[in-house]
Amino acid sequence: MKTSFTLNGKKVQVDTAADATLLWTLRDTLQMTGTKFGCGASLCGACTVHLDGQPVRSCMTAVSLVAGRSITTIEGLAEKELHPLQQAWIDEQVPQCGYCQSGQIMQAAALLKSNPHPNREEIVNYMNGVLCRCGTYLRIIKAIEQASK
Amino acid sequence: MKKKLKISTSTLSRRDFMTETGTLSFFLVAGSLLPKFVTAGKPGAAGAYQKITAWVQVSKDGMITIYNPAAEMGQGSMTALAAIIAEEMDANWADVHIENAPVIPEVYGLQWSGKLGGPMITAGSRTIRGYYKGLRQAGAQARYVLLHNAASKWGVPISELKTEPSVVVHSDSGKKMSYGEIAAFAKIPDTIPEIAEKDLKKEKEFRLIGQVLPRFDIPAKVNGEAKFGIDIQVPGMLYGVISRSPVNGTTPELLNEKEIKEIDGLVDIVMLGHGIGVIAEAFEQALKAKRKLQIRWSVGAKADGYNSEEGFATYRTLVNDKKKGKKVSEKGDVTSAMKSAHKTYDHEYLNDYVCHVQMEPLNAVVHVAADGKSAEAWTGSQAPDMDRSAIAKVLNITPENVIFHSCYLGGGFGRRNGEFSEEAAILSNKVKKPVKLIWTREDDIQYGMFRPTCLQRMQAAVDDKGQLTGWQHYIAGPDDRLLAGGTDMNYYNIPNQYVDMRVTDHGVRTTYWRAVGHGPNKFAQEAFIDEIAYDLKIDPYEFRRRMMKDLPRHLAILEKAKEISNWGSPLPEGRSRGIAFSEYGGSYTCGVVEISLNRESGQIRVHKVWCAFDAGTVVQPGNAVAQMEGGIVMGISSVLNESITFKNGKVQQSNYDDYAILRIADAPESIEVSIIPSSLPPTSMGELSLPMMGGAIANAFLKLTGKALRHMPFTTEKVLKVLG
Repeated sequence: MKTSFTLNGKKVQVDTAADATLLWTLRDTLQMTGTKFGCGASLCGACTVHLDGQPVRSCMTAVSLVAGRSITTIEGLAEKELHPLQQAWIDEQVPQCGYCQSGQIMQAAALLKSNPHPNREEIVNYMNGVLCRCGTYLRIIKAIEQASK
Repeated sequence: MKKKLKISTSTLSRRDFMTETGTLSFFLVAGSLLPKFVTAGKPGAAGAYQKITAWVQVSKDGMITIYNPAAEMGQGSMTALAAIIAEEMDANWADVHIENAPVIPEVYGLQWSGKLGGPMITAGSRTIRGYYKGLRQAGAQARYVLLHNAASKWGVPISELKTEPSVVVHSDSGKKMSYGEIAAFAKIPDTIPEIAEKDLKKEKEFRLIGQVLPRFDIPAKVNGEAKFGIDIQVPGMLYGVISRSPVNGTTPELLNEKEIKEIDGLVDIVMLGHGIGVIAEAFEQALKAKRKLQIRWSVGAKADGYNSEEGFATYRTLVNDKKKGKKVSEKGDVTSAMKSAHKTYDHEYLNDYVCHVQMEPLNAVVHVAADGKSAEAWTGSQAPDMDRSAIAKVLNITPENVIFHSCYLGGGFGRRNGEFSEEAAILSNKVKKPVKLIWTREDDIQYGMFRPTCLQRMQAAVDDKGQLTGWQHYIAGPDDRLLAGGTDMNYYNIPNQYVDMRVTDHGVRTTYWRAVGHGPNKFAQEAFIDEIAYDLKIDPYEFRRRMMKDLPRHLAILEKAKEISNWGSPLPEGRSRGIAFSEYGGSYTCGVVEISLNRESGQIRVHKVWCAFDAGTVVQPGNAVAQMEGGIVMGISSVLNESITFKNGKVQQSNYDDYAILRIADAPESIEVSIIPSSLPPTSMGELSLPMMGGAIANAFLKLTGKALRHMPFTTEKVLKVLG
């Protein structure tokens, strides 16, 4: 099945199985491996990307659903060198293993788009679907607060 | 003493993953005194690098490449180890670039009996303490090579030269030469002398050790560039998944081979002792085939019929047996102490199995050559030489015929080495093509290897002054490798002590989990101590202070934790504090938590955490604090939520819904970490803070409710039951 969509601002066309998910299409067909597989069940948020600007879990999103629409992944988040959140992530030294951080940053970027100055409670509520096993949560909050100043 | 680095291997090569994007790559050629790194990949780059030692290369433009021998799984040691070398070679940190070392344990292995060259293994919080001395030497030797070359060039004695960051200076003539300039003509001396301890930098001369340096790996971890094993793409690569024994030890029989073979994209089926592998052109095709497998599993395995809840009754029988178990430690005469006690205590502490659930599912890419006589592998492993050997064993070849590429690890925690590389080798060997094996999250949990469940019977004797005089600790559970860690409490003055374990076997899979036995044991010790203090109406901090009053190093940690937590100051209604002291690998820590409790739901909430620690010299303080924070959060998660249970030998959990780890909304509002300055050699960091969380939370709960929590995790059901 052929599907066309916009990926990080560029038109792409992929040929996949009809029921292929966006996650594995991004990772294996398009070789964009910044988006991670963690649970395959929308439980951990490691695979979070933006679909027309909204955060979605790409592991449960059929690639057929994104036809004609726009996908942004961690690789395409920054308009210039670094998105303010990516800079804040570096400044606060957020990542440990780093595996969940693409999903964390994509979720946080969607938050700041809809709510540029979230308070702590709003941050925590919005970010609650993205898991981190290394325990970087406090630094994630700090980095979002820094980027939203 | 002259030092030679010996390499016993025949053909070793290592290729950087970034080759395809046009950056430099290095090939390691056999048989030389030192690993010879030859640049390739980027046109015109050949010869741009000069190896200085096995650990360091310098380019003509001054870039210093330092080799990282340990797995980078989030603990930040890749940066800290490079900083140790850079310190002694007097490198300007801005010039430093870090690469993973090739798998040559003879050169890059941990300090084992005093010398580098032990196994390449990243476990047990050994990395900094296990490389510190050796890498200071390696850095000093790299500096020697640079000095030696500058001295030859200028025709002056080496003793007249000194270094400034990345520059050699001849003070008498005012001449200076950068490390990059030296690299342009440098020759490696036949032998590099051992640099005497007295010629290494003094602590006050440190520019990097003890300073907060940004981690090298972080920029690539915020833009998707960092390559984990699961991200590796190799031309012609196939995908493998395995359906593994639902009850450990059972063997499979495939009932619908014909149907499976007809699945779109299926390449092959591989029968394994513990499961059935399917190889397909795309990962989701392999998953589909896996779901369709109809398997009849053998019966009669050891784990058949095992129910973990019932296991506690077995343990209770074991700890109540008058016959002693396998002795862990003993001092004084505990029997007499118990007999002559003013008062005795006797409680049980329990814990469930816990699972690692590192965010990156286990995976490996292995490519077995068409003739089966060599292989190339890409994965993140805590023990790359063990993985390499496991692959070699599958193929019946020597490990040197396996080219092993170390990738970033998306979390390790004791889980990540060995079996996935072996499985991927078996699959690739069947098709002689590169195969990426991926475990699903369900595979990761259902065929997990867990920190074991156990029951601990604690007995104590107290004299008429309220002092602990006797301490007996019996541990019952599976896997004697994993039960005894952390039973030693050399920081409490208790004159008579006895610890033993009574080991059983349920036939289920168990392994190291961050801090191993320390998790359950520190919980049992610290909760028991608080229960005794509570009964004696002594403040828990004060009770501990009395037991460590003659140990200034430990006392300083306790006092610091007391100070930063404002221990004893009034708290809002419904809040309480709990304290716990702990150790790991020569380091010591004390933590205080502030909790509240929802008495309707049974939910405990940890609001604030404070901790102080002494880990000797702290090479990277910023990162050390991050490790303490991470251990505290993972500790709270395991103490409040995490539980693996077995029914009829089967793991009952399968993903993050029924194995719930702490989410951001339940993380503490603040964690304050205080480092006690020390000039002692560095000791362990990565597992230090986790084990105290069980005791600290239980102790705060005891203070708040007067009730003891004695079974981890403290789920809402258990809390409500304890509240009555």
